[in-house]
Amino acid sequence: MSEIPKETLLSIYETMVKIRVFESRVSELFAQGKLPGFIHLYIGEEAVATGVCAHLNPGDYITSTHRGHGHLIAKGGDLKLMMAELYGKRTGYCKGKGGSMHIADVDLGILGANGIVGGGPPIATGAGFALKYQGKDNVAVCFFGDGASNQGTTHEGMNMAAIWKLPVVFVCENNFYGISLSQERHQSISDIADRAAAYDMPGVVVDGNDVTAVYEAAAEAIKRARAGHGPSLIECKTYRYRGHFEGDPTVYRSKEELEAWMKKDPIPRFETNLKKMGLLDDARIMAIHKEMEDRVDEAIRFAEESPWPDPSELLEDIYTGPAVVV
Amino acid sequence: MRKLTYAGALNEALRLEMQRDPTIFVAGEDVGTYGGIFGVTNGLLAEFGPKRVVDTPITESAIIGMATGAAAAGLRPVVELMFIDFIGVSLDQLFNQAAKMKYMFGGKATLPLVLRTECGAGMSAAAQHSQCLESWFMHVPGLKVVLPSTPYDAKGLLISSIRDNNPIVFIEHKMLYGTEGEVPEGEYTIPLGKADIKRAGTDVTVVATLAMVPKALAVAEELSKEGISVEVIDPRTLTPLDEETILESVKKTHRLVIVTEEVGHAGSSAEIAARVAEKAFDYLDAGIRRVTAPFSPVPFSPALESHFIPSEAKIMDAVRAVLGAPETA
Ligand SMILES: Cc1ncc(C[n+]2csc(CCOP(=O)(O)OP(=O)(O)O)c2C)c(N)n1
Ligand SMILES: [Mg+2]
Repeated sequence: MSEIPKETLLSIYETMVKIRVFESRVSELFAQGKLPGFIHLYIGEEAVATGVCAHLNPGDYITSTHRGHGHLIAKGGDLKLMMAELYGKRTGYCKGKGGSMHIADVDLGILGANGIVGGGPPIATGAGFALKYQGKDNVAVCFFGDGASNQGTTHEGMNMAAIWKLPVVFVCENNFYGISLSQERHQSISDIADRAAAYDMPGVVVDGNDVTAVYEAAAEAIKRARAGHGPSLIECKTYRYRGHFEGDPTVYRSKEELEAWMKKDPIPRFETNLKKMGLLDDARIMAIHKEMEDRVDEAIRFAEESPWPDPSELLEDIYTGPAVVV
Repeated sequence: MRKLTYAGALNEALRLEMQRDPTIFVAGEDVGTYGGIFGVTNGLLAEFGPKRVVDTPITESAIIGMATGAAAAGLRPVVELMFIDFIGVSLDQLFNQAAKMKYMFGGKATLPLVLRTECGAGMSAAAQHSQCLESWFMHVPGLKVVLPSTPYDAKGLLISSIRDNNPIVFIEHKMLYGTEGEVPEGEYTIPLGKADIKRAGTDVTVVATLAMVPKALAVAEELSKEGISVEVIDPRTLTPLDEETILESVKKTHRLVIVTEEVGHAGSSAEIAARVAEKAFDYLDAGIRRVTAPFSPVPFSPALESHFIPSEAKIMDAVRAVLGAPETA
């Protein structure tokens, strides 16, 4: 941690707070009936996206998941455009066509949240293929869950990335559940990183609630990928505080389990370290929270004041080029 | 008579069948502890235990393939695909394995398997959680395709499907789960391949499926106030398709409107229209009309989704059009 530049540490802290504030407000808005569709929140897992994306620039790609808001924010996503999309407004990232599960910003290298569990890994592999093909030193990062780690697509993508030494970093967010099914009921291993051995790539387990540990593991894997040495797998052990989706009664896990994880909350933990290092004090912490609240407020205002898409837009954006009339 | 919801009727069918036949097991994502994401398998784990109510990993290929193997080896699997859209992950095991195994083996395999799944827009669940894809399955020889629109049909058709010795894609509609209707206690079956005349009429035949059935009925009710008599037919199964009932109706009314939430292009509506054009052309007094979703992925925003789903106004217009009236919507 001592080698991480101070500005980076502070910016990591700000990003984690930004995600937490955004997600908390989204939860409230959903409860108020303002947001349609399914919403999967990232609260509790902020350190993963933040620690990884701190290394990325707009030329690098990510593929995200149904639980994608945190990845998007960490990769530089615009809060206003995100919020407008969650509302289903025309000014949103996807003009209201995608919603929470499909937010994307291709210019920022965000190849989309994804409604399909295991949809991302082959796509990240393909982005890595293109980067290598084009001779760039960029990388593609694939975020996926413990549940997704069992999908055939995940294994197929990893295998391909490995044999062709593609610049891909597979980041598994092991939050110990795929909806109601706990990890010990959905796979017989406890460290998903073990699966890296099957593809002869490095696999490491990190404490996904320790943002500096995530940052350091990602540094290694991304360096390796940029240097042309191929993919890696990083497993981040973490936990989601909210239900699988907003409205989930979470009958499948105990309050004690949740509370134990909340004691390991990545944000106060990092805050304490930064305070010890003299990089943060209470006034600064409050100021950062206030700033993020204001930015999310602004995003909400933008979304609420934005127009709905016009019905005529329904048939736009299906094909590139002239509309295809059937 | 006692009323049940569509979800409750399906649940009862599963329970009754599992009580009757110990070779039936249920498997799928979140079907056990959670009781199914839409509640259809609620309570089954408590009643039948984890041997017969199996929570699976999120691996749709293996779910369908496992069901295929288990059926070939003597069990009667009823597996759940949480959203029909996820069939994309698992097509081979259904289309190339389950559907064709009997034929490829020269008849030496029996596959009594039911793939229960759920389709449809209306929840702002967007393009990967809202599709109607029944025609995909209709197109594959070896599969039967069942799609109930009422709690009564849901229960009877599911029992028949479980007892059938073929791979069956049983398609529910997410917006129907909460709808209520009269459902007899105890077991009963509804033959696969028998359409139901949901409302008898003499002027226009409307063939509708899934969530379009209640809409077609509402339109029929509305038009009856103007003295227009609409016959509403729900085929209930697409493979086999009860051509007979549809043709008989068209021979009586001489006018046909087909309503599906599927896109029209190469959809089930196209097949039904083609059959009537082939076999009852001389009886038609007007061109066949289809009311379907536009040829677009399902949009997220309620402002767009509400225009995607065929509306009662559009159905009404189509009925008026085949009766010769100018259209409004
Ligand atoms: C192919 C597919 N199967 C099932 C689902 C339904 N589903 C959405 S998220 C989810 C759980 C995913 O678990 P995991 O990969 O661990 O991610 P987490 O939700 O824990 O972040 C499931 C089963 C889906 N969207 N896509
Ligand atoms: Mg998980």
